[in-house]
This record gives sequence, structure tokens and C-alpha cells, in this order.
Amino acid sequence: METPEDLKYTREHEWVQDNGDGTATIGITDFAQGELGDIVFVELEEEGFEVEKDDVIGTVEAVKTVSELYAPLSGEISEINESLEEEPEVVNSDPYGGGWMIKIKMSDESELEDLLSVDEYKEIIA
Amino acid sequence: MPKRTPFYQNHQDAGAKLIDFNGFEMPVQYDSIKKEHNAVRNHVGLFDVSHMGEFFVEGPEAEDLIQHISANDISKINPGRAQYTVMCYENGGIVDDLLIYQLDDNRYMMVVNAANREKDYKWVTKHNDFDAAVENKSDDYCLLAIQGPKAKDTLQKLTDVDLDNIGFYRFTIGDLVGFDDVIISETGYTGEKGFEVYFDKNEVNPGKVWDALMEAGQDHEIEPAGLGARDTLRLEMGLALYGNDISKDTNPLEARLGWLTKLEKEDFIGREALLKVKDKGIKRKLMGIDTNSRRIVPRKGYEICDENGEQIGEVTSGSLSITLDKGIAMGYVPIEYAEKGTPVYLKVRKRLEEVTIVKPPFLNK
Repeated sequence: METPEDLKYTREHEWVQDNGDGTATIGITDFAQGELGDIVFVELEEEGFEVEKDDVIGTVEAVKTVSELYAPLSGEISEINESLEEEPEVVNSDPYGGGWMIKIKMSDESELEDLLSVDEYKEIIA
Repeated sequence: MPKRTPFYQNHQDAGAKLIDFNGFEMPVQYDSIKKEHNAVRNHVGLFDVSHMGEFFVEGPEAEDLIQHISANDISKINPGRAQYTVMCYENGGIVDDLLIYQLDDNRYMMVVNAANREKDYKWVTKHNDFDAAVENKSDDYCLLAIQGPKAKDTLQKLTDVDLDNIGFYRFTIGDLVGFDDVIISETGYTGEKGFEVYFDKNEVNPGKVWDALMEAGQDHEIEPAGLGARDTLRLEMGLALYGNDISKDTNPLEARLGWLTKLEKEDFIGREALLKVKDKGIKRKLMGIDTNSRRIVPRKGYEICDENGEQIGEVTSGSLSITLDKGIAMGYVPIEYAEKGTPVYLKVRKRLEEVTIVKPPFLNK
């Protein structure tokens, strides 16, 4: 199981990458995709949608179960990964790459500080 | 501490993800439910379902006991055959659904759901006012299911029993991997051709049987398959699962099990109540729901609604159909909606999605 060093994490098993341009990319962790099993459908909020931290911004349907995606940061959804519409299974095979889900244009970059470090997240899933 | 089957180590070695299922530590999947599901539909899959319960009923009045507790008519079968049935409460609600194997003139094996092992054993013994002995051998008996178009070719390598000559819902007692007294039954819960094998763990080396089956199936791309795939496979066939689609609160007539409910039989527990239900007509019926979309994945508990968004029923089982690549479900709807092609609505989170009532199975086999 992979947990990259250069990302931030949440207790809801999401990863956050600070892109350095005021946006952050969000996806679910390798641990999360493994727990969910075969992902069959990913439904995401639309671009331009304003979100508060902890809002539901998507739904991940696996064969056995369904899980919600929460906004780890406040801001505006600047991009969604449209290729997941046709190929949701990429979330299983490449959760930190092709399986990214949403980009948020942050309204308060200080919220990044509240996210978990890789070590903190590893403790949660240990 | 959950119970483990004798195949626990085999599951560990195969990289299974284990979950607590009704007090048993069982594989829900090995690698991927999709892969396991497709292996069963296209090749062959191997399931450990040893958590199921086995009761042996023996004695001069064994048949009378079974007739008293079973809705189906056991007198219609003879040694070498199996019968699907339900046991009902006095009020017609279902105690459990089960298979009954006639082993001999006065000897039967009942195969019950894992979750109901204790409850069923109490129920059967409570009603045993007959000259029959009931023995709960659930902890000793292993059950493996070999299912799929290549199941026969796989299993045939390991037994002298001619698998072509068993017949659906029939069984033979023979050898398997050099061990004797194995019940080889042409039954399953997947809709595919396949077999279920029962054996006493004290007479057989279970791990060796598992390994031999996996090896025999290698040419046929066999996959070990977990409870996740078992569930998606049975749902595509519209087969009921106790605890979801049938329970103490449902009767067999509304659960589309009228075909096995032999009301003309002289007596069985629940008959009086079921005769009244039949007389008045059922109020609701277990139907299939076809979402016609892979973006709508129904889940147990989702509301089934009418066109005004008023709830008329509830999903009892739901999933993405891996074979058909669309959401499918089962649930009870009022009888006026229980017609093939009727549009109803499914409440998915905050949305109402239009879906269609269908008659299971979803997959024609």
C-alpha cells in the first residue's frame, strides 16, 4: 500500500496536493480504494461550485458499498476529473495519479495547515 | 472471537480480505469482486461457504419431522435428490430458507444459513415430536462451491464420480482428492453450472482439497471467490438472501416462493396462516428493479417511491450488476406496482431516479 510522502491527508482517507498556484488536487488514498473495493461510479460536484470545508463534494460507489467525498478545504471547484465518468476503475489502479477527483481553488490557504501529515495519516491506517 | 473455517489459512495465503460475517471470519474478496464474479460467469470460481450449517435428521419418522417444519413436500423426492424449501413460523413468516438432501430412506441433511444455525437448530429440535434424531454437525462439515462453465472440468479431475450423470439438484456420495464419503451435489447459488461438495473436516484434509481444486482449475483460470462475488452473482439471478429479501417479517407467497409452498400438503407449520394470506391475496410482492443505468447503484434500505415521491417500498438487496453493467435491486412493492414494466422511483441520496419494475432473474441463464 502506497502513501506518498509529499501529500497531505484527511481522516476521511483523502489526499490533498498543494499545487502552489492557489489550487489543491484531491483524491482518495490507496488505503481507501482498497477498503472500498472495485469502484464502479464516481459522481462529483460541478466546476464553479462553492464549497465549505467538510461539505460533501462527491460520491464514490463501489460494488459493495458507497462512500462520500468531503471537501478538505474551502473554495471553489476549479476542475473535476471527467475521465472518471467512463473509467472509474482508475481510482483503484492509480489513486494518486489518474484517479484524482477534484481541484479546488482555495479561499483560505491556511486550512492546509489543519490537514494531516503523512506520518499522522499512516498512524491512522496502521 | 469470530469462528474460522478450516480454510482460513488458504484464504490468508490467497491474500483474502476477511470480514466478520455473522460471527464467521470469511473472505469478502481476494483481489477484486469484479474479477471473481467474471471468473464464475466465464470460467470457474471456488467458494468456501463452510459457515453454512448442516443438520442430520435420522430415524423412522425423519420424513414426518421434515414434513412438519418444511413448506415444500419432501415426499416428492427420494434418496440422491435435494430440495429447496423454507421453514415458516405459525404466522407464515420465514424462519430460514434451506436445502434438504435425502441421503437415505430415513436420513436427511438440512443445509441452513450461517446466521441462522443456532436459531434453526432450536426450532427444529423444539418441533421434534417424532421418532427422529437431529444432530447439528455444522462445526464439522465443510462446504465448498465450485461454480462456472468450467466447474465440471475442474472437479472431474479429482473424482471418479461421473459428474455428467449427477443431474441438477441431485447428488452422489463419492471420492474427492482421494478422500471418501464426500457429498458431491449439482447445486449452487450463482446461476452457473456447478457443484457443491460437503465433507467432514475430521475425515478429510480440508486444506489439501482446497489446494487440489485450485490446481485442477488452473488451466481454466480458476479464481477463489469471496462473499462479495457470491452476493452479486446471486442477485443477478434474483435469488433471495435471508436477512435481506426474506425474513421473519415476510412470507413465502409474497417472496415469490409460492412454487415451493405446498399448501395442499396436509400440515406444516405456518400453513394455516399462509392459506389465509392466499385467500385474501398478497398485498405486496418481491420484485426486481432495473435502473437501466450504471450511474444508479441501489443499496439495501433505499426507498422505492411512486411518481409523487411517496414511499411505497424499500430495496432489500441492491448492487451494480457486474455482468450487465447497470444497477439492479430487489424489493417489496404493493401488488398494484408488481407488474413487469411499471415505472417507479428510487430515492438515491436526495434525488428521485426513475427505474423499472422487472421480474427476476435479471440474467437469463
